[in-house]
Amino acid sequence: MRFRLLVAALGFLGALSAPAIAGQTNVAVAANFTEPAKEIAALFKQKTGHEAILSFGASGAFFTQITHDAPFQVFLSADRERPTMAVEQGFAERGTQFTYAIGKLALWSRVVDVTDGEQALKAGNFLKLAIANPAAAPYGAAAVEALKALDLYDALRPKIVQGSNIAQAFQFVDTRNAEVGFVALAQLHGVSGGTQWLVPAKLHSPIRQDAVLLKKGAENEASKAFLEFLKGLESREIIERFGYTLE
Amino acid sequence: MDAFAHIWGPVRLTIELAGLTTLALLFVATPLAWWLARSRVWWKETAATVVSLPMVLPPTVLGFYLLIALGPSGPGGFIAGLWGARTLAFTFTGLVIASIISSMPFVVQPIRNAFAAIGDRPLEVAATLRASPTRAFWTVALPLASPGLLTGAVLGFAHTVGEFGVILMIGGNIPGRTRVLSTAIFDYVETMQWREANILAGGMVAFAFAVILSMMLIEKRFARMRG
Repeated sequence: MRFRLLVAALGFLGALSAPAIAGQTNVAVAANFTEPAKEIAALFKQKTGHEAILSFGASGAFFTQITHDAPFQVFLSADRERPTMAVEQGFAERGTQFTYAIGKLALWSRVVDVTDGEQALKAGNFLKLAIANPAAAPYGAAAVEALKALDLYDALRPKIVQGSNIAQAFQFVDTRNAEVGFVALAQLHGVSGGTQWLVPAKLHSPIRQDAVLLKKGAENEASKAFLEFLKGLESREIIERFGYTLE
Repeated sequence: MDAFAHIWGPVRLTIELAGLTTLALLFVATPLAWWLARSRVWWKETAATVVSLPMVLPPTVLGFYLLIALGPSGPGGFIAGLWGARTLAFTFTGLVIASIISSMPFVVQPIRNAFAAIGDRPLEVAATLRASPTRAFWTVALPLASPGLLTGAVLGFAHTVGEFGVILMIGGNIPGRTRVLSTAIFDYVETMQWREANILAGGMVAFAFAVILSMMLIEKRFARMRG
């Protein structure tokens, strides 16, 4: 009986993963790029028939997983260090790395007026400041850099709460558990309410977000096609619409 | 030495959190378990079910509800307002509340079983000896159920130490306040600090082993006492 169940279950799994005519690619996407990636994947499917299966999380977490044989074929990081390291350590294909977007950091609040963000940070009329974990998420690292550049890091440090990735930092501010927070400008696309301040680019090193073809995708048509599609005009339009700049 | 200081922080915080949670749980869970074991009202199994829900629910469900409930628009925000804060999320108090809810079933169940196992007889005898119900509870029921209380306390402590998902969702990863063992390990793994991750994870394995072994020994002793 148990054996028959097992066979049935395997059959079911087999049906799910039956090779379709069009290909599939598993893409690890930095959390800040969630929304544009969804749009791009939908368009990609429409145009090519290939399916991009997206996973979202902190770039650092993905990198650790990739170095431990995670089944990702494409990596859209929120920085350039991790794709570079992936190439150097032999987990990604040399020569496939490129910058797909340059991110912008924003201060956002649903409670305090942060239209003049520098002033709002200096005034400190808030109890919690949300950032992404600087060790694992490039936007978190950029937030720390910006605070240090403003000479406010030590003063605001006791107020900092960390999300495990930028999506969680956003959610802390969105639920108003933290009054203010550093998020990716792209996350604020289509969000109503609250005030925001675009952090001047000079306050932190540029958030160059690189994509790379991973070893597991080297022989996979859909993976290569996805990266090509990401470079294409249609993708660039989507990326720019979300507030990223391009090279 | 520096690494040790890094590791010790989360360990101490975890012990504080689990200790406080267990203490609070014994105060809350013991009367609740007593009522569940003795009461004859028709809806008591419904109440028992509600208490047991966290055993089955994914931590994300609790984390989501707690994030809202502890926040400015929930009761937690109201309580925090009493001392001028806006939210109980990202606070040690918030973690204690979350841990009490999520570890409750692990404490209530063994205590309830222990109370149920006593049966009516010893309490009836106590009554014939003119012990008031309160006195019978303290001098008869509680001592007889003490192995169950111990089991509940150990399980509650251990489950709080093992809590991860809820804390990740409402903690904010603040060193010294909400960065507990399980989330610290997660961080170390994410940032590839294998050495620290190894020390903490290895320690957790040893801890879990000790807990389960002591549980079994308690059970055995309990069985012998009854036999």
